[in-house]
Amino acid sequence: MGNAVTHAPAMEGPATDSEPRHGPVKPPRPAELKRRGRRENLAGYLFMSPWIAGFLLLTAGPMVASLYFAFTDYNLFDAPRWIGLDNFSEMFGDPRWRHSVQVTLWYVVVGTPIKLVAALGVALLLAQKRRGQAFYRAAFYAPSLIGASVSVAIVWKAIFSDDAVVDRTQRLFGIDAGGWTGDPDLIIYSLVALTVWQFGAPMVIFLAGLKQVPRELYEAADVDGAGKLRQFWNITLPMISPVLFFNVLLETIHSFQIFSSAYIVGGGAGGNACGPADGTMVYTCYLYVQGFENSRMGLASAMAWMLLVAVALVTAVLFWSQKRWVHYEEGGR
Amino acid sequence: MSAQATDVTPAPSAKGALRRRLPGSLAWHLGSLAILAVILYPVIWVIGGSFKESGDIVGSLDLFPGDPILSNYTSLTDGIADISISTFFFNSLLLAVGSVIGIVVSCSLTAYAFAKIRFAGRNLLFTLMIGTLLLPYHVLLIPQYVLFRNMDMINTYTPLLLGKYLATEAFFVFLMVQFMRNLPRELDEAARLDGCGHFRIYWSIVLPLCRPALITSAIFTFINSWNDFMGPLIYLNEPGKYTVSLGLKMFVDQEGLANYGGMIAMSLVALLPVLAFFLAFQRYLIDGMATSGLKG
Repeated sequence: MGNAVTHAPAMEGPATDSEPRHGPVKPPRPAELKRRGRRENLAGYLFMSPWIAGFLLLTAGPMVASLYFAFTDYNLFDAPRWIGLDNFSEMFGDPRWRHSVQVTLWYVVVGTPIKLVAALGVALLLAQKRRGQAFYRAAFYAPSLIGASVSVAIVWKAIFSDDAVVDRTQRLFGIDAGGWTGDPDLIIYSLVALTVWQFGAPMVIFLAGLKQVPRELYEAADVDGAGKLRQFWNITLPMISPVLFFNVLLETIHSFQIFSSAYIVGGGAGGNACGPADGTMVYTCYLYVQGFENSRMGLASAMAWMLLVAVALVTAVLFWSQKRWVHYEEGGR
Repeated sequence: MSAQATDVTPAPSAKGALRRRLPGSLAWHLGSLAILAVILYPVIWVIGGSFKESGDIVGSLDLFPGDPILSNYTSLTDGIADISISTFFFNSLLLAVGSVIGIVVSCSLTAYAFAKIRFAGRNLLFTLMIGTLLLPYHVLLIPQYVLFRNMDMINTYTPLLLGKYLATEAFFVFLMVQFMRNLPRELDEAARLDGCGHFRIYWSIVLPLCRPALITSAIFTFINSWNDFMGPLIYLNEPGKYTVSLGLKMFVDQEGLANYGGMIAMSLVALLPVLAFFLAFQRYLIDGMATSGLKG
């Protein structure tokens, strides 16, 4: 959940490469092999037992339960009552739900690209080996660790409120917006700014990717007289496209799940859970309001499943598009 | 890292080249400093603000007050809603340390199985584990709440800790699998030939060699647990059990307007453990982050 690091991997199966080496020196008899196989199975499942218990109890089981709740009216106190698709029709007909979808999509569509462009731009800058590079890298990464905290949300709310620094800077340019956090239309941009501020995490991943681009490619391009822009477009971008794909996937999925910053920056007391006129009522905020403030667990489960479907769709589209723009090096990488 | 800072050129004959490159270097430093200023501004703002009178914090553009005061900090000794600040810190610390132990133990066991044991169904389980990485937590939020509520565990720390002991944080499992796969295979093969069982190999060979991955996981776990807001918000309802995040939120709701300076000071104090961890271990964090995007 809203943390800085749940960063996932590029997909790959377990260590299949090293498998054939798994035998003793002299060829064993079949019965012996069978016994050893059984012992390996036992050991494997023993080591895995915490994970398996967790998967069944805290992941798979709850997912099934959640799917069931989505079709019921459930307020925690009375037994869930089957109501078919009513939750879904209520959801689609609810203007507040549609508003939360809109706010979330806007946040994802505006925030994620800006954040990734910033991350890549700064990574390109830091990829030049100069004095202080390691210091800057560390300093730029720091916001990713504290950005999801309540403290930073409080600071953010203050910086973007009326008469505070952002507002005053704007006034220098003749725009008097009266602070972003009080304005239902502008407050979402303070959250966009907050996510962009945390560009350090994808930047570090970009940097690692840039480091692996072979120098010779640039040298060859220099000889051919290709300009820096051409080199970026034809060498750098294709070479780091797996890393780019990874960052796009992860940042997009994370953006959909923003909660605590929206909840705190938006105010978060009682009926006014997320911002003036629901300005920061992102999807998960509304899910929280329906589930935990209004005790509509069935409806909230239906909302959660819609989120899952949306995230799954985005993931599927990204994986599908991967063939067109992500270049993996030979050897299956 | 410092080795990288020395550039390639400066041989005696390269003086001209050095001079030609100077403007580029200057631009690089100016650019980096400008970004640094934007990055650091909120942090410096909160440090400066914590020494200002409440009324001057938002409106004044001066980063540091001409006349710094300490009353924001001393006001914190009154606690929040009659609960001492140290209670919140103790609760957060308890949860964070409990989480770290759970993650290091359970994720390393799971990772060992994935990386070093050939058992039937391993590929399937690995795919499931990767799948949970991309699963939005919110799908599990309500059913998990119902589960823990039926087990009478609301307002206890169990719901916040149990998952950590059951290796549900797939990111750390993955990080450790990557690390273990890259360990020289000869070591555990030799140990097997000497008759060592898997537990011995795990405990005496793999775990010690995995220290960097374990440390990275431990620090990330600590920071995530410290920052966590939604979990405690849902499961804890008695202020005496609140974590720092929840205490801070309560501060905002109850005294935020009356004692704005105190709130800003408290925000900074709440960040200190994370900042301290960052300063002490930034290498582990950044390397761990970098390898998560590449393959081991």
